[in-house]
Amino acid sequence: MNIESVANPKIIIKDLNFYYGNYRALKDINLSIAEKMVTAFIGPSGCGKSTLLRTFNRMYQLYPKQKATGEIMLDGANILDSKQDLNMLRAKIGMVFQKPTPFPMSIYDNIAFGVKLYENLSKHDMEARVEWALRKAALWTEVKDKLKQSGTGLSGGQQQRLCIARAIAVKPQVLLLDEPTSALDPISTAHIEKLIDELKEDFTIVIVTHNMQQAARISDYTAYMYLGDLIELGETSAVFTNPKRKETEDYITGRFG
Amino acid sequence: MLNLYTRRRIINAIGLTVSVLAMLFGLFWLCWILITLLNHGLPALTPMVFDKMTPPPGSTGGLLNAIAGSLMMTVVGTLIGTPIGILAGTYLAEFGQRGWMAPITRFINDVLLSAPSIVIGLFVYEVYVVHVKHFSGWAGAFALSILVIPIVIRTTENMLRLVPSTLREAAAALGAPQWKVINFVTLRAARAGIITGVLLAVARISGETAPLLFTALNNQFWSSNMDQPMANLPVVIFQFAMSPYSDWQNLAWAGALLITVSVLTLNILARVLFRQSATTH
Repeated sequence: MNIESVANPKIIIKDLNFYYGNYRALKDINLSIAEKMVTAFIGPSGCGKSTLLRTFNRMYQLYPKQKATGEIMLDGANILDSKQDLNMLRAKIGMVFQKPTPFPMSIYDNIAFGVKLYENLSKHDMEARVEWALRKAALWTEVKDKLKQSGTGLSGGQQQRLCIARAIAVKPQVLLLDEPTSALDPISTAHIEKLIDELKEDFTIVIVTHNMQQAARISDYTAYMYLGDLIELGETSAVFTNPKRKETEDYITGRFG
Repeated sequence: MLNLYTRRRIINAIGLTVSVLAMLFGLFWLCWILITLLNHGLPALTPMVFDKMTPPPGSTGGLLNAIAGSLMMTVVGTLIGTPIGILAGTYLAEFGQRGWMAPITRFINDVLLSAPSIVIGLFVYEVYVVHVKHFSGWAGAFALSILVIPIVIRTTENMLRLVPSTLREAAAALGAPQWKVINFVTLRAARAGIITGVLLAVARISGETAPLLFTALNNQFWSSNMDQPMANLPVVIFQFAMSPYSDWQNLAWAGALLITVSVLTLNILARVLFRQSATTH
């Protein structure tokens, strides 16, 4: 398959393969992610969309038997290069997970935790950064009076926005969202979708979603994956109204998957 | 259909009855022990128990030296055992995925966990008491710490494994190095469970007699010198309860009541603490 390209790429993936032990979970993926746009990965369970997302910040390195080959170029530098400093990479690429993962500490410290890894801010500057991040994540008005309370005491939707605030407080360039709303109720989901729309002004966003309507609502580009292959990448409106490939059409029309 | 349903109800009733009977059977002995203990212990629990030293037969006295000795050795034993246990448990849970060290350590720890405490006492006797040529409070504390270590290792590892891996991933995704992930996120998330484990370990060692018989032995007089033989409640109870003197026997009852109440309190505390942490997560 040719390199699926977009107008203004932030990330370019070339011949990416991924292995869980001997099992090949991603097969020769070629794909580009547009800068300051929302790119959605869709596909049935087990198609490799989360696996692909987790190669962007080399999350798989936590686990001994997982490995990736090929190239993922971020602004011209290969992420998969072993010389790439892992912590500096993760400063540039933030991630939010399916289940909210507030740390067992106060709301304030949840946000300050990541910032402190890279910057030595004064108390005043740190407070400003925490407020900035919470405002960006549309959580400030709800928590501004209880910043010292535990982050685990918030509701599920608030916890997830806290995790988004925590990720953007580090000021990354790319934000990876791994099914960020699948554990949330419809109102919280609407909150987060609105938020994603605002965040793409500043960040390049990649989102994995099970929900095709969600992909159609919030993304600019959609990539359809199946069994470790990238089937199609295109502008979301085109993929949903006029897919190039039969497999994509079958999936989005619900004939399969 | 109705027949099947009736059958199920009958089987359920039988099962429930047998379970309740088994529960009552177990509870019966426990209550008997507690009631006997309270009957004999409460009258013997005079202010003198906390005020006077263990007496020679025939004269009045208390358990002050034994209480103090038990407290000192339990505290020192816990202080030695807890850090080692938490560090080793952290290693097993957080770094033990690869290699052969962790499985072997885990196996040895399981053996140690179920080792008879008298063996631990003999071990410390052989490697320490024999060499310094006298019994001492330190030896007692070492023996107790060897009992603490496997319990704390086991609970620390179990509690850390209960921390969802997504929490580790979330911290790592921010770019935090592994030591920060462990220190500030996973250990903190498992804190209540680990403290519970330490409390249970304290409860376990505060009633141990066998490891102290060969190490701290006993001391009739007040001594806060850990390098000397040291009085302690379990050995005093053992000695006094076996004696023919009724005032010694009464003190043994008082001591037994004291240990039971403190172990019960520690267990309840541990449960409350663990439940609180379970509801906030």
